[in-house]
Amino acid sequence: MTATTTALSSKSAAEQAHLMRNRAYGVAFIVIALAMYWLFAQGVDPALISRYGLNQGTVPAAERLPDWEVPTYGTVTFLAMISAAIGAYQLARGFGRATSVMLGLIALFFVFAFLTWATRDQSINLAGMLRNMVLRAVPLTLGALSGILCERAGVVNIAIEGLMLSGAMMAAFIGSVADNLWVGVLAATLTGGLLAFVHAVLSIHYKVDQIISGTVINIFSAGITSYISSKFLQTYQELNNPGTFQNVPIPVLSKIPLIGGIFFESNIYTYGAYILLIVVHVGLFYTRWGLRVRAVGEHPKAADTLGINVFRVRYLNVVLGGLVAGFAGSYFTLGSVGRFDELMTAGRGFISLAAMIFGKWTPFGAAGASLIFGLAEALQGRLAILKVPIPSSFLLMAPYIATMIALAGLIGRAVPPAADGQPYEK
Amino acid sequence: MTQATAPVKTARWQQALQPLAAPALAIFTALVAGSVLIVITDEGVLEAFRTAPATAPGAMWRAITTAYGSMFEGSLGNPARIIAALQSGDPKAIAEAFFPITDSLVTATPYIFAGLAVAVGFRAGLFNIGVEGQLFIGAICSVWVGFAVKGLPAILHIPLAMLAGALGGALWAFIPAILKAKTGAHEVINTIMMNYIAFRLSEWLLGDKGPLQRPGTANPVSPFIEPSAELPRFFPDPIRFHLGFFIALGVAFLVWWFLFKTTWGFEVRTVGQNPNAAKYAGMSITRNIVIAMCLSGALAGLAGANEVQGVNHNLAYAFSSGYGFDSIALALLGKSHPAGVVGAALLFGTLRSGATRMQNIARIPVDIIDIILALVIAFIAAPAIIRFLYRLKTAGPGEGTVFTRGWGK
Repeated sequence: MTATTTALSSKSAAEQAHLMRNRAYGVAFIVIALAMYWLFAQGVDPALISRYGLNQGTVPAAERLPDWEVPTYGTVTFLAMISAAIGAYQLARGFGRATSVMLGLIALFFVFAFLTWATRDQSINLAGMLRNMVLRAVPLTLGALSGILCERAGVVNIAIEGLMLSGAMMAAFIGSVADNLWVGVLAATLTGGLLAFVHAVLSIHYKVDQIISGTVINIFSAGITSYISSKFLQTYQELNNPGTFQNVPIPVLSKIPLIGGIFFESNIYTYGAYILLIVVHVGLFYTRWGLRVRAVGEHPKAADTLGINVFRVRYLNVVLGGLVAGFAGSYFTLGSVGRFDELMTAGRGFISLAAMIFGKWTPFGAAGASLIFGLAEALQGRLAILKVPIPSSFLLMAPYIATMIALAGLIGRAVPPAADGQPYEK
Repeated sequence: MTQATAPVKTARWQQALQPLAAPALAIFTALVAGSVLIVITDEGVLEAFRTAPATAPGAMWRAITTAYGSMFEGSLGNPARIIAALQSGDPKAIAEAFFPITDSLVTATPYIFAGLAVAVGFRAGLFNIGVEGQLFIGAICSVWVGFAVKGLPAILHIPLAMLAGALGGALWAFIPAILKAKTGAHEVINTIMMNYIAFRLSEWLLGDKGPLQRPGTANPVSPFIEPSAELPRFFPDPIRFHLGFFIALGVAFLVWWFLFKTTWGFEVRTVGQNPNAAKYAGMSITRNIVIAMCLSGALAGLAGANEVQGVNHNLAYAFSSGYGFDSIALALLGKSHPAGVVGAALLFGTLRSGATRMQNIARIPVDIIDIILALVIAFIAAPAIIRFLYRLKTAGPGEGTVFTRGWGK
């Protein structure tokens, strides 16, 4: 066989695989569309109405939006038909690069169809729920950004949970002692950076397996925060009373009906997440620094040959990621409840990790995944009110199952940076 | 026995002790670091520095000895009391004097199972971080068989419930195993996800109006298992020492036999050490990953069954048992060898058991054990730190374990 024919056949093999994947997506889309109709429209009385409240919080009477009323059966059927059409086009022609956007769109339709079905003949405060979704997505997004900073440089970081927990504790403790929220934020951020530095030393310098090193940080953080909490914070309440950041509406944007209340009337953490999201995205994909980081994460040897200091890039990124995770941790105390409770992050760090993978190691993908995971949490309380026969526990399982599916490549394969997790030896 | 294995005669005892040196130094260093934390957070010491700095060293020493003294008294018992009880011959006094040490063994038992679970994974080059979830699913299956099956003699009911626990754990590990083998999806992230799915599942099963909730209660707790499913205890209350400890030792022996004396075990270890060589030799990577992971899950499930049948006799929902991460430390400390894991589990059972008393007497939060544990893992995983601290020269064989190979294929 000559080299040309090998190249040709391999090209056609690649095309074959591409076609197969397109087909798989198309079939999946159509199956979802059918499921949508079968589960949420079939058998529903066409006269029923779903009512969505569009005002959240206290809104002056003049600015109140009227409730949004949609026919249950018609809406779900319509959404199912659009999804089926997208699936048919995907089967016939393929959306190419827009496929994952379509997947997201169909997921959104599915959730909305479910909500419409659940709200039939009832009403739900949509604006309040969406605001709740954004708030719950904030620490997840920040945690995922921390993970992206580390893993794009080739260092696996399962210590996000521990970094967040330590950040949360230090924010409450130092914030109370200094009687200043900003000092608390600073302390949390620096704590995250310091612990991440330990992770960096263990995994980069000592070449400890990065998962073991991350586990060390997680166990240590759980231990030290609970130790200090039960030794001091519970005995001396004044050491655990930092207060919380007030909501600061953004001048013009917060006046936009519906959108303003959901996205632009929060505290610094939401805005911090927006800013960091853009900074990390631009930094990673449009600057020389970002190119270097990605080179180190994909092929450290090549990066080294070109004169990039692999170790320095990795140290810097792990510490940067730690700073972000520490900041994210302070959200739990200073941005939310105003005090530290033992193990209060309750696995959010691991959900961040899942969001990072689900978002395919990109900042905006991770933020999108965080919103979906945030929605699952926000829905939890609403479903009980709507008397939906699905236990909320199953809803809360969905993010984990979705992550496993994505990682296995069943739908929308998530491919990590090539050198992720491998210690570099010169 | 043969001189050939020990070229220099005087070095023989040193060679025998060599594998113990690093773990012993790691534990010692972690305990020293723990005592530093005890000292700097002790109110008495701070007070001494403020009022009379000259008495500070004494206060520091007192803080450390009170803490560790009460820990060892809580875990091993008070020697003077044991002797006095034995001399008096009063069975009740003897039982009370020996209570701490038997309770340490009770605490150590699930650690033996869980540590073996992680160790089997390590041997196959797999990082089973999902012991937590597998243990919980195992406990659920065991408790279900324990209370739902009625009228069986204990000789059948006990093994049946334990088997159910093992199967539940194996099933929970099978999913990440098959995903790893077929798609290359990293088992670490998938087992973490499976942990949370297990928590949510048990939250529903045991939760309000859940299928396994005890009738007539609002708490997330299962019914009590039938007495025929309870592991027999050897002494009257309050001593909880039960058959599970000996089952654990037996299982540890079986795991050793499987890993080092059977062809399957040899294949699993070969796949763990060098997957490419194993593949070249005609071994099935898929099959061995699934075997090792399911065995690991089954051992984790046994840990859960042991807690249900031996200690609690029911199952209450808890977000995290803590065994999952601890068992990683045990497997590392025991160098993934069943005998080493048993030793490490006995040690940590002792520490954990004593920590409760330390909290009561010296008012040191039990969480200090987690801190010590984290440091032990760090020192074991990065032997260079210990070598640097104690000016040791040689690097031991088999140093450095690498599992992380990215999250996907």
